[in-house]
Amino acid sequence: MLRIVAIALAAGTMASTGVLAQDVKVGVVLPLTGGLAPVGKQVQAGIKLYMDKNGATVAGKKIDLIIKDDAGVPDNSKRLAQELIVNDKVAIIGSGITPSAMAIGPLSTQGKTANVVTVSGTSGVINPNNPYMVRTSFTLGQQSGIIAEWAAKNGSKKVAIVQSDWAPGAEATAVFTDAFTKAGGQIVETIKVPLANPDFAPFLQRARDANPDTLFVFVPAGQAGTFAKQFAERGLDKAGIKLIGPGDIVDDNDLPGMGDAMLGVVTAGIYSVLHNSPTNKEYVAAFKKANGYRPNFISLGGYDGMHLIYEALKKTQGKTDGESLINAMKGMKWESPRGPISIDPDTRDIVQSIYIGKVEKVDGELYDVEFATFEAVKDPLKKK
Amino acid sequence: MPPALVGKVAHRLATRARWRLLEYAFWLAALASFFLLPNRHLILTEIAWLALFALSLDLILGYAGIISLGHAAFFGLGSYLAALLAKHGIVNEPVLALVLSGLCAAVLGFATSFLVLRGSDLTRLMVTLGVALIMREIANQIPDITGGADGLQGVVIAPILGLFQFDIFGHVAYAYCLIVLFILFLLARRVVYSPFGLSLRAVKGNPLRAASIGISVNARLVTIYTFAAFYAGIAGALLAQTTAFASLDVFSFERSADLLLVLIIGGTGYLYGGLIGAVIFKLMQDWIANLTPQYWQFWIGLVLVLIVLIGRDRIALRTGGVRLLAERITRRFAPAAAPVAVPPGEGS
Repeated sequence: MLRIVAIALAAGTMASTGVLAQDVKVGVVLPLTGGLAPVGKQVQAGIKLYMDKNGATVAGKKIDLIIKDDAGVPDNSKRLAQELIVNDKVAIIGSGITPSAMAIGPLSTQGKTANVVTVSGTSGVINPNNPYMVRTSFTLGQQSGIIAEWAAKNGSKKVAIVQSDWAPGAEATAVFTDAFTKAGGQIVETIKVPLANPDFAPFLQRARDANPDTLFVFVPAGQAGTFAKQFAERGLDKAGIKLIGPGDIVDDNDLPGMGDAMLGVVTAGIYSVLHNSPTNKEYVAAFKKANGYRPNFISLGGYDGMHLIYEALKKTQGKTDGESLINAMKGMKWESPRGPISIDPDTRDIVQSIYIGKVEKVDGELYDVEFATFEAVKDPLKKK
Repeated sequence: MPPALVGKVAHRLATRARWRLLEYAFWLAALASFFLLPNRHLILTEIAWLALFALSLDLILGYAGIISLGHAAFFGLGSYLAALLAKHGIVNEPVLALVLSGLCAAVLGFATSFLVLRGSDLTRLMVTLGVALIMREIANQIPDITGGADGLQGVVIAPILGLFQFDIFGHVAYAYCLIVLFILFLLARRVVYSPFGLSLRAVKGNPLRAASIGISVNARLVTIYTFAAFYAGIAGALLAQTTAFASLDVFSFERSADLLLVLIIGGTGYLYGGLIGAVIFKLMQDWIANLTPQYWQFWIGLVLVLIVLIGRDRIALRTGGVRLLAERITRRFAPAAAPVAVPPGEGS
C-alpha cells in the first residue's frame, strides 16, 4: 500500500515538474572549511532560512540549490563555478569572499550568468567589466566613511589607525582617512598589523605614543576581542582614547565571547541582531531556532541574495538568462532584516542604511546597540 | 674500466630504464580520459598540474631525500610570473611564458638550494617553509604588482601557439596540461634512470658513503633541487594559465602540505607516486566534498589515517603479484633482455 502511495506521489511530482518546465539551478560557492568556514556557514544558513520560509518554488519554477565548498581558495572557486556553469548549467551563481568572487567574475561574464556576491566587502568586486554581478553584502567603504563622519562630528580630532595588513584593511583605512581629513580631523598615525596571530601590544604602544583621542581599528572579527583586551590592559581606555571601527569588529557571531573590554566600542555597521524592526525580530528568532546561534551581518548576504534571486525570477516570469535577471535586479528595493536596502541601478552595488552602534550589555550578553542611522549609503569609492 | 664491464653496465642501465607494461597502460588511460570524459575536463586539468607539482616534489623527496614543506614557493613564483607575463603582454604566447616561468622558478630554486644543503631534515623543513612564507609575504607587500590579497585580476591568456584558445569547458586546458605533463614526465624519467639519477639514490641512501666513492653530494643536491623547482614553476604556471588568475594562496602552507599528502597517498621514489596520488586525492576530495561540503575534510583525514595505518607496504604486497605478472609478460615480449631484480618501489 505504502509503495503504491509512493509511486502515485512520484508520478504526481513527475507530472507536475513536467508542467513546471525546468528547474532553476542556483549554484553557490562558499568557504565551508578552513579558516573562513564561519563566514560560509552564516551565508549558507541565511540562504537555507530564506528557502525554508518562502518555499522552493518561485514563478512556477523549482529552485534547485547546489552548494559547493571552495575552502576559501580562489582557484578552487573558479573551477567549481566553471563546473556549475558548464556541467550543472546553473542559471545563477552565488559567490563568497573577495578573492573567490574576483576569480569567478570573468566566468559569469563569459557564461552570461547572473552572479550574486554574498560576502565580499571590497569595492572593486562589482565593476563595469563584469556586468552580470550584483552585491547583497556591503562594502567596507560604506561603513568606514560613515564612522569617520560621525567621529569628526562627535569630538574626535586626532585619530590613530590600527589596521590588519590586507586589502580590505587598506580599503577601510583609505576611505576613513579621506573622509576624516575632509571633515577637518587629523590622522596622527597609521599602523599596519600582520593578519595572522598578531600580538597587538607593541602596536598599541606606538598608537598611544602618537597621542590620539580616538583609535580607529579594523581587524578580523575573531581578533577584535583580543585587541580590546590589550587596549584596556595597556590603559588606553583610561587615557581617554575612544575605540571605533567598521561593524565587522563587533560581529554578532563572535561578540558574546569577546569579553567586557569591548564595552563602549562604537562602530558603523550594516546590522545588529538587536536592530529594531518586526522583520528582524522574526528573522533572528527563526535563525536561532534553526541554527542555535546568532545570525550576523554576513548571514544577510545569503538571505537577501536569495530574496533578490526570487524577486528577480518573479519579475522575469521565470526567464533565467543573465541579461533579464540582472536588469530585473537593478533598482530593486526591499525591506531586509537589516533595514531598507536596494540595488543601485547604475553600479549594481548595494545601497543600505549604516547604523552607528555601541557595545553594551543586554541581559548579561554583549550586543551592538544601534543609536544613530545614516540612510541609503552608497559605496563611496564608486561615487565619483 | 674494461670495455666488457662498461657494456654490462650500459646494458644494465638500459634494462632498468625499459618501459613497463603498466606504464603504457597508465598513459593510455590518461589519453583515453581526454576522449571518454569530456565533462570532467575541468577537474582533470587540476589533476594534471597537481600531478606535475607532485612529480616535482617526488624528484627531491623520493630520489634525493630532501624533505620540503615549502615547495609552493616555486609553484607560486611560476604562477605569478605566468599571470604577469600574460597580463602585461610581455610574453603573450603561453608555451613560451610557461618555459620562462619555469626557468625563473629554477633560478629561485638554485639560489635557495644552498640553504637546503645545510642541516638535517628538521632544518630543511623549517628552511623550505620559511622560503615559501617569505615569498608569500613579498607578494602580499607589493599589491601594485601582484594585486595583494585580492589576487591578480584582468589576466587574459592568448591562444596556445596562436592556434588554440582556452575554452570554458576546459578541453584545451586539459589537453595542454596533459601534454606538458607527459613531456616533462619523459624528461624526469630520463633523468632518474641516468647515471646521475643513480648517484642521487646513492646520496639519498648514505651521503657519507656516496661522498667517499667520489660523488660530489652537494653539487648533485643543488642540481636536482633546481631541476625540481623548474617543474614546480611550470606546474604553477599551468595553474595560472588555465585559470587566468593568480592569488596569494599559491604560496600557502596548505598547498605544500597537501602536496606531501598527495605523495604519501601515491608513494615516493617511483615517479608515478605523485601522478597516482594526485588522481586519488583530487577525485576523493571532489567526490566527498560533493556529498558533504562541510565535513569532507574529516573523511579525507580518516582515509589518510587508514592509509598510514594499513601501510603502503602492505598495499604494495597485494600489488606485488600484479607487478610480477607484468614483469613476466614484458619479458616474454623482450626475451633477449636479462631478468633484472627490481628493488621494491622502483617498478611501475
